[in-house]
Amino acid sequence: MIHQPTENAPEKPMADSIIPAADRQRRQRNIDLAMSAFDDSMKKNQIATQGSQNTRRLSIMEGWIAALRDWTKGNMTMERKYWMATVAVGALAAIAVPSVMMIQHPDFGRTGAKQSLDQSLIGASVQQQPAIEGKDRFSRDEEQRTINSIAAPEQKFDAPKEEAASRDKKQSITNEADASNFIAGNVVASSSVAIPAAPIQEMAVRRVDTVAKSASSPAAMLQIAPAVVDDTLVTGYQDFGRDQFRHIDQNPIRLVAEAPVSTFSIDVDTASYSFLRRQILQGVLPAKDAVRVEEMINYFPYDYPAPTNKEVPFEPTVAVYPSPWNPTNKLVHIGLKGHQIKEKNRTNLVFLLDVSGSMNSPDKLPLLKNALRLMVDNLSPDDRVAIVVYAGAAGTVLDSTTIKDKQKIIAALENLSAGGSTAGGEGIRRAYDLAKANFDANAVNRVILATDGDFNVGITDTEELKGFIERQRDSGIFLSVLGFGSGNYNDALMQTLAQNGNGVAAYIDTLSEARKVLVEEASSTLYPIAKDVKIQIEFNPDQVAEYRLIGYETRMLNRADFNNDKIDAGEIGAGHTVTALYEITPVGATAQMDELRYQTDHPVTKKPVKTSELAFLKLRYKLPNENKSRLIDRPIGPKDVKESLDQTSDDIRFAASVAGFGQILTGGQFTGNFNYDDVIKLAEKAKGIDSFGYRAEFVNLVRLAKQSAAIAPQP
Amino acid sequence: MPETIAPCPDTTLATQAAAGDRAAFAALLNRHYDGLYRMAYRLCGHQQEAEDLTQDICIQLGQCIGQYRGEARFTTWLYRLVVNRAKDRWRQQKRRHTQPLYDDLILTDPAASPEQQAIDRDNLRQVTLLPEKLRLAVILVHWHGLNHAEAAKILKISEGTLSWRLHEARRRLRPSPAKGSDKL
Repeated sequence: MIHQPTENAPEKPMADSIIPAADRQRRQRNIDLAMSAFDDSMKKNQIATQGSQNTRRLSIMEGWIAALRDWTKGNMTMERKYWMATVAVGALAAIAVPSVMMIQHPDFGRTGAKQSLDQSLIGASVQQQPAIEGKDRFSRDEEQRTINSIAAPEQKFDAPKEEAASRDKKQSITNEADASNFIAGNVVASSSVAIPAAPIQEMAVRRVDTVAKSASSPAAMLQIAPAVVDDTLVTGYQDFGRDQFRHIDQNPIRLVAEAPVSTFSIDVDTASYSFLRRQILQGVLPAKDAVRVEEMINYFPYDYPAPTNKEVPFEPTVAVYPSPWNPTNKLVHIGLKGHQIKEKNRTNLVFLLDVSGSMNSPDKLPLLKNALRLMVDNLSPDDRVAIVVYAGAAGTVLDSTTIKDKQKIIAALENLSAGGSTAGGEGIRRAYDLAKANFDANAVNRVILATDGDFNVGITDTEELKGFIERQRDSGIFLSVLGFGSGNYNDALMQTLAQNGNGVAAYIDTLSEARKVLVEEASSTLYPIAKDVKIQIEFNPDQVAEYRLIGYETRMLNRADFNNDKIDAGEIGAGHTVTALYEITPVGATAQMDELRYQTDHPVTKKPVKTSELAFLKLRYKLPNENKSRLIDRPIGPKDVKESLDQTSDDIRFAASVAGFGQILTGGQFTGNFNYDDVIKLAEKAKGIDSFGYRAEFVNLVRLAKQSAAIAPQP
Repeated sequence: MPETIAPCPDTTLATQAAAGDRAAFAALLNRHYDGLYRMAYRLCGHQQEAEDLTQDICIQLGQCIGQYRGEARFTTWLYRLVVNRAKDRWRQQKRRHTQPLYDDLILTDPAASPEQQAIDRDNLRQVTLLPEKLRLAVILVHWHGLNHAEAAKILKISEGTLSWRLHEARRRLRPSPAKGSDKL
């Protein structure tokens, strides 16, 4: 307590004697609050080490199993083969290293345990091993070797052990408690959640015993560099109940007589589906605001026909068929498929990564690092990657480097560790500066932001951030956002940023999802083929009485926005499919709303054009380098109508089942008695080829949802 | 470079608390509550805010004591929490375009002459208008009375950087020659 003597040495201002004393009552209350927070936190550790149900491990294991299973599946569509061949080698390497963070189960290598796990988790489709062509074939041996290598992680692991070993016994107990805490995550309370399958419970218990008995530091096992845990630390703090989603008011039924025109921006994000999948796998139903039905539908690949005309980037596929939940109504299905690019443009990528303390759990920074490794393994030698991190110490971790120097990139990724509070640092400006410095008009220039929602990227004001991103977008640098973790997940902000940045927002909960977004769909994620894509549809009041757009609530546009090129809208990447569904009440069928009484000569209904068309569909889009929009249009008429569900395709029926599920999750106001079993029945028969098992996973998700509790219990 | 910390009661208590010892945690809380509150007050300048911040930190302590490693002094660890939360609040205030509140009446020494008090008040206000990094340096060292080593560790900067910031703060606050004292 020595004051430095200088000519300006002050007597102590704000001295202890001057400061008003702390309020006695509040002091007592604060101490009580601290003690009860202490008790809760210690109890959580205890529960974890006793190995009672802990569902978070479930999702990591499940996702990992899905990844393994995906490799061994064959029968892929043409697009996928290209990716699979390259993924194969990269994924094997990538999975071996992080495996330690997931499974220490001694029985895991045995096929028996795995199969029973599969059965309980994933369903019958896993058992198939369709014939695999050519070099994509993975022999059973390879699969077994991979499983074994994962069951025996010690050899593969390379995290520093010295620091861990030097801790004394007492500390290591603390570490294990923390590690279990990390494993347990900060999310759902263990005791009140039921886990569907017994084998998983067993594994969970055994797993934790292994953790508790293990001599080496569990922190090391989780591949968190020991230097990481920061004194100011945010891990384990308030990481639940703070997920933020923009509130959604579902689209109402509209009268064609009053509002004949519906306009919206397309959306290819998939974040909502991944996020709710994660919640349901933990045994809880997602908050209604977290459910965006269009993102659920768009999560799945569909085999719409590619455009026949090479000049246009996509062509709409249209079908009209009876609504599964209200047979007197119809569903209008509009699908777009973006063409696949033949030659990939070069990429100029900047990863902007949140490495703050709150990223310090297995489903965040470690997962992110692995995800990026997978992605990097799939880029070409001339692609460029740079890495900027933001946290307490923001900075450029890696200047823009070509893939020719891949080792340098991988090394930089591996050195990332979480720590520090999410304080400023001009992370985002730096990232864009790097992107600009290497800007190439012939390349795809993109910043990829990965975060768990703490958005202190250097601009803390949301409006300022949005404005900044918009200006950058206009200069040709796009932004995609990857979300991690839950409990503190700021979906609303992520969506805003991605929308403003002409980018995709995806939520990554497992390595398998990371692979989907960053590898399989990398071309869609990275290479836009059209931007500012808007849909406008005018219904014919002669044929249609009412309509309701399912989903897209956060994407609605004004009627005049359609022709206004200054209004921003979604972008479509190479190979993306986008689907929109309307439910319509044909004239003559039982309408939800009464006809207008006073407007029998309403301007709209008065002189409709005599036609059997149901509606007219218009699409506006801009090519990535242009600023003037182009128009595609077509009528929707009798030739698009299918009299029964059977006459439609698997894709269409599956999309309808997903829409049904989404609507049930948000309250089912418009879906009558349609229930989970109906969704399952519809989806089961519409799985089609389902090379990656996404559709089978969906069916199981619906089954789990049936059982789930309505509210996430607080720890 | 890792420093060897001589075992002192704080570290022992904190480590025990981290391992789950409830009594140790309670003792730690009681021992440091006032210091914590005063630090909060110096950062917020307003009793209500300081009480709120103290409450937040108490809860956070309960949740995070499990992560205390003994690598730093407990007070360092604790004050880092306080400083970081205060910074968050400052930023929130900035975003909402409100000035940080400082109770006018309380800040100055009631025993001093009114002129002196006016000067002191003015100086204090100027400190609150300094940029965040300089402000923090002044508050930790000159208001809370920490030594350079301790303050530097809390802010995670080198002592040299801290000295520079203090110097820079002093330079900016240096009154024109016509004015009286230049107390920080």
